[in-house]
Amino acid sequence: MNTTAIRKLPQEASILMVLVGIAALFEILGWIFIGQSFLANSKRLVIIVLQVSIIGIIAVGVTQVIITSGIDLSGGSVAALSAMVAASFAQASGGFSIFYPGIVDLPVIVPLLVGIGVGLLAGSINGAITAYTGVPPFIPTLGMLVAARGLAVLYAEGQPIFGLTEQYTAIGQGINPVLIFLGVALLFHVLLKHTVYGRRTYAIGSNEEAARIVGIKVNRHKVLVYAIAGGLAGLAGIVMSARATMGQPGMGFMYELDAISAAVIGGTSLFGGKGKISGTVIGVFILGVITSGFTFLRIDFYYQEIAKGMIIVAAVIADQRRQARKA
Amino acid sequence: MNDARKIVLRTQGLCKNYGGVQALKGADFELREGEHIAIVGDNGAGKSTFVRQITGVEQPSSGQMFFDGKEVSFKSPLDAREAGIEAVFQNLALANDLDVPANIFLGREEVYFNLGPFSFLNEKKMLAKAKEGLEKTAVKIPNLRNAIGNMSGGQRQCVAISRSAAFASKLIIMDEPTAALGVQETTQVENIIRRLKKQGIPLILISHNLRQVFNLVDRIFVFRRGEIVGVVDADKTDGNEIVSLITGVKTGVHENASYI
Repeated sequence: MNTTAIRKLPQEASILMVLVGIAALFEILGWIFIGQSFLANSKRLVIIVLQVSIIGIIAVGVTQVIITSGIDLSGGSVAALSAMVAASFAQASGGFSIFYPGIVDLPVIVPLLVGIGVGLLAGSINGAITAYTGVPPFIPTLGMLVAARGLAVLYAEGQPIFGLTEQYTAIGQGINPVLIFLGVALLFHVLLKHTVYGRRTYAIGSNEEAARIVGIKVNRHKVLVYAIAGGLAGLAGIVMSARATMGQPGMGFMYELDAISAAVIGGTSLFGGKGKISGTVIGVFILGVITSGFTFLRIDFYYQEIAKGMIIVAAVIADQRRQARKA
Repeated sequence: MNDARKIVLRTQGLCKNYGGVQALKGADFELREGEHIAIVGDNGAGKSTFVRQITGVEQPSSGQMFFDGKEVSFKSPLDAREAGIEAVFQNLALANDLDVPANIFLGREEVYFNLGPFSFLNEKKMLAKAKEGLEKTAVKIPNLRNAIGNMSGGQRQCVAISRSAAFASKLIIMDEPTAALGVQETTQVENIIRRLKKQGIPLILISHNLRQVFNLVDRIFVFRRGEIVGVVDADKTDGNEIVSLITGVKTGVHENASYI
């Protein structure tokens, strides 16, 4: 029992250590170069948390897909499409309702369900193509990445959708995005750890052939996992549009990459079978702190991207080392 | 042969084609209650193909199969398992990232109450049952909560076998259970098989190791090029006869030689 406890600690703890280390680094650099504290600034901390929430919701879904040894590249585009469709059902009367002029002031549950529904549908398509054609998941989700973005533009002919109901925009105000992110993270943490759904998700990623032999309906399960990832991207789109008080087809650009990065930095193995939502949450915060820290140090945005890129590559190399050591 | 015993499994003219290749050509097979039989044959003789048909991993191209007195056609491994057939596969069919109870109960997890895929796992019950199952195999695994991937080949094999032994009500099939094991671990697995014999659970053993086959089973089915070319009682034959059946030529191999 003792040995496992010790062996288990590093994986989770080391990611947390990275987060603390990066924050500490910015703190020190802050005092040296700017003469102020990075962490002792509640406004900045709030912004970090708010910024990561939307990517975090997508990342929770992507983590589950990666655990099945799949990938979902469509998160950001699906979020944008859902944001557009949901926003079109969330328009208030007397606004600039350019869309569905007949139906305004719908109860907030309608755009919520429609937005998540669009995501679920997109995810199901990803999952069905992956599961039933045997094409590597990279392909259908790449197709969805492009197609969903195209649809998002087409939906309102490239125009943003303004004038949303107060009920709807409230979803994205204040601390709400953070609560939604943490709620979603907690829910799927429990589902992955304690339910048949989670057990089979790990089993498929660990040994798909074995999962089939013991009678798990692998294809159906994959569709479910991709659908959940799509649904969460849809939810992210709703939060995003509510926070911006409009739906815009360019929203969530490249969010899928940040979401995948967060999962990988958080210890989810691209080889499948391994990964935890708690790790992904820490991974999301690492990305958030980096973004915020670079802005704080007034370093050019492009260096940020370069740094993120290097961290992702480093995380994957570390994962590969871990796998090799095991074999 | 004691023909009074009930037939557990019978196949009639079982065929399997992969594209143009006939991997199995009309296998007529019969297994009786409490009987342990071996399937031997060269690589590509159709042994594993035969096993994949009777365990539902694949569906035969033609032919009939009777299990427990009824005609059956398994659409999936789960069908076969539900009927009472458990198989230990060559590739073990274990998920390396999961622990021992999770692997033993993979695909039929114990849950508190049924909510479909979102049913909550009853880990306590699975752990207790896993312990019980492993005790029967007399194999020591220090920590059942460890991921299977961190364990030795012998421990993994014993988990796979105890998974079958725990659930098999009517028939266990083992495909090369000791191929990757050391001497000591092989002995352990053979002891498990002897125990199953005592319990009266029928078993089909696929093995390249003729010494093992002669030690453990009642009857031997010899496969060659997709066909069953011989069925012999283990105590009425010798290594020579089996080897010549396997290879299709008369050879002068020593009686105790193990065919690899």
